[in-house]
Amino acid sequence: MDRISQIYNDEKLLKKLYDDPNIAIEDALENEMVINMGPQHPATHGVLRLVLRLDGETVMNIVPELGYLHRGYEKMAENMSYIEYIPHTDRLDYTGTMCNNVAYVLAVEKLAGIEAPKRAQYIRMIVSELSRIAAHLVAIGTFAMDVGAVTMVMWTFREREKINNIFDRLAGARFTTSYTRIGGVASDIDSETIAMTQQFLEELGLALVEMDKLVLSNRIFIERLEEIGILPKEDAIALGVTGPNLRASGVEYDVRRAKPYLYYNEIDFRIPTFTEGDCLARYFQRGDEVKESAKILKQCLDKMPQGEVIANDPKRVLSYKTEIYSKMEELIHDFMIINQGINPPVGDTYFSVENPKGELGFYIVSNGTGNPWKLKINSPSFCNLQAISQICKGAMVSDVVAIIGSLDPVMGEADK
Amino acid sequence: MYQFLFNLSGSEIIATIFTAAVILVFILLFVLFAVWFERKVSAHMQDRLGPMRVGWHGVLQTIADFVKMLQKEDIIATEADRKLYTIAPVLVFTGSFAAYAAIPFSSKLLGSEVEVGIFYLLAVSSFVVAGILMAGWSSNNKYSLLGAMRSAAQIVSYEIPTALVVLSIVMLTGTLSLEKISQLQTAYFWNWNIFGGPEFSLAKFLLIPFMFVGFLIIYISTLAEVNRTPFDIPEAESELVAGYFTEYCGMKWAMFMLSEYANMFAVSAIVTILFFGGYQSPFGYLGNSIGAEWLVPFEQAFWFIAKGIFFVFVQMWLRWTLPRLRVDQLMTVCWKYLIPYAFLNLIIVGFISLL
Repeated sequence: MDRISQIYNDEKLLKKLYDDPNIAIEDALENEMVINMGPQHPATHGVLRLVLRLDGETVMNIVPELGYLHRGYEKMAENMSYIEYIPHTDRLDYTGTMCNNVAYVLAVEKLAGIEAPKRAQYIRMIVSELSRIAAHLVAIGTFAMDVGAVTMVMWTFREREKINNIFDRLAGARFTTSYTRIGGVASDIDSETIAMTQQFLEELGLALVEMDKLVLSNRIFIERLEEIGILPKEDAIALGVTGPNLRASGVEYDVRRAKPYLYYNEIDFRIPTFTEGDCLARYFQRGDEVKESAKILKQCLDKMPQGEVIANDPKRVLSYKTEIYSKMEELIHDFMIINQGINPPVGDTYFSVENPKGELGFYIVSNGTGNPWKLKINSPSFCNLQAISQICKGAMVSDVVAIIGSLDPVMGEADK
Repeated sequence: MYQFLFNLSGSEIIATIFTAAVILVFILLFVLFAVWFERKVSAHMQDRLGPMRVGWHGVLQTIADFVKMLQKEDIIATEADRKLYTIAPVLVFTGSFAAYAAIPFSSKLLGSEVEVGIFYLLAVSSFVVAGILMAGWSSNNKYSLLGAMRSAAQIVSYEIPTALVVLSIVMLTGTLSLEKISQLQTAYFWNWNIFGGPEFSLAKFLLIPFMFVGFLIIYISTLAEVNRTPFDIPEAESELVAGYFTEYCGMKWAMFMLSEYANMFAVSAIVTILFFGGYQSPFGYLGNSIGAEWLVPFEQAFWFIAKGIFFVFVQMWLRWTLPRLRVDQLMTVCWKYLIPYAFLNLIIVGFISLL
């Protein structure tokens, strides 16, 4: 207290400081500043709010505050039929919409015991991988933009645009696709879409080389990211970090390999990992995963069998509209499914897939009616954000921005 | 220019006002062009088109933006320090405008023939720091304050390598006057200081590599002085929103942008004068060869502005290619690399010019 009065020997000023509820004098003496980053901030990828305690420019402490984009999707699911909920999964991780669609539909199929035809499963793999590429491109681009390389984001969005065009042909929507159905997919993939995908893959290889040239031959970019925000292997596991961020820390865990779903066990692919666990490793990780996804896509396009794209199970799977309008049986089943739902048996199930951001899981409890009794989403962005307060300590303000970019949270998913 | 107007009108005041007005008009026109140019350069680097709607390829876009800016409400936050907040943009612009007074656009178009021109330029350009600090402090915003502190530290540090390189040129030419430095590099481009100056001797060839080093150092440090990428940390968009002018809007904000672009040309002009022959043409004048002497100053102005705009273009090119440095790295670059190299360069240039 004496020290305070020594510094502020002006009594009026001192009184004013004591009376002011917004200023803690001890904090002022410690030369620390509390700064609020977000929810409206260009670098926090949506509405993430971080409260930083700064000493100069060094971060002493950081507290993430979530929930600004909370829309109650878990609760909403309880008042919807299983089919109605599909469009809402688009809005979780809005950079990789198809992956969410696939994840949810697979969870429901597991619960209800429906098996989609093989061609539909392959199409789901194709759209998942396309979506993964799109999400990683956005992640790489915005990450580079956070570090200051603004041109990168335009180049990655240029490539992503081609994926959006493919989705436009396939699902009728570029962004919020809602493409999958319980028991299959909404429409078959035609030869022109396949040609578009093949052409995209050819161009992607060249574009990735070009992007690497722009940033990786650049010493500033490397120096900004190397040994920044290091997340050691043990901490990554303890904090529950998933996806590319986990693999960049050296843990070779990928749901596609650990618990194969769809037909990933028929596909030959590598799980890229890095051991450094810093921002640069997380950048490389995503670049490598894009290349692997391209490899998976090529194999899927080769191996995709002919056949139906929706299961023939009229009591639980919606038929094609043409059949509904022309046949009595189908019309009745359609009416029943729309009004009462698919009524899976009583029980619960958890199903997780590898999403661009990490392991996305759906836990569904059914009480035998048309609506889920409880639906819980295990969202990877939320898990990844756990790590932020640990790895940002001791970094600088500029590093915080780079770290958020490298963790790549999507708030739509973290806040649900 | 000043002398001509003085003879014409016989009044110092009228001559001064007119000269200042000509330069101000130049700055405004240049900024109108540069903002459009920057948007076009960035757009074409990023596979976009940039502004296309207003006028041919969007040339009138900046004017449209300017009109919009005029109509904006002038908001001052209640907790802001009103006086300083209002003065700051004016002060920043004054700093960059005053620098133009000593820049010789051609042998005739020169605001004021200051004998210590380069010294004056260095002094006046650091005037900007005061304005930036004022803006950051008076906004009463933590982001503004951080930006202002970063900016002050940066500009003050980077003036040292700039001054050291300027010193080496002063040693070579033996004058502080920008006009005289330009005059010395006359005739062909191999007489420019970057190629070792006009005197044909052994020293000229020995100087060439060191002049290139000097040019690189001064170009890098002037980039930092005008807060351009990779040194744009005071206004780092993704970290500090907009740095020291986060709270500004409307015309006050426009004043900051105006001075930023004016500064870009001013530092390019310094580099041009010191190393690239100032207003001198690289290969003789058309006016001299066809016997129209009055054409020469206009040609000189053309060459000067062309060279200046080329360096402004390089600044833009760098901005849309490079990421941004971190604060500590920025200081490392200055204190650990640029200043020692500049010192070494200064000593070597000194020895060579003694030869």
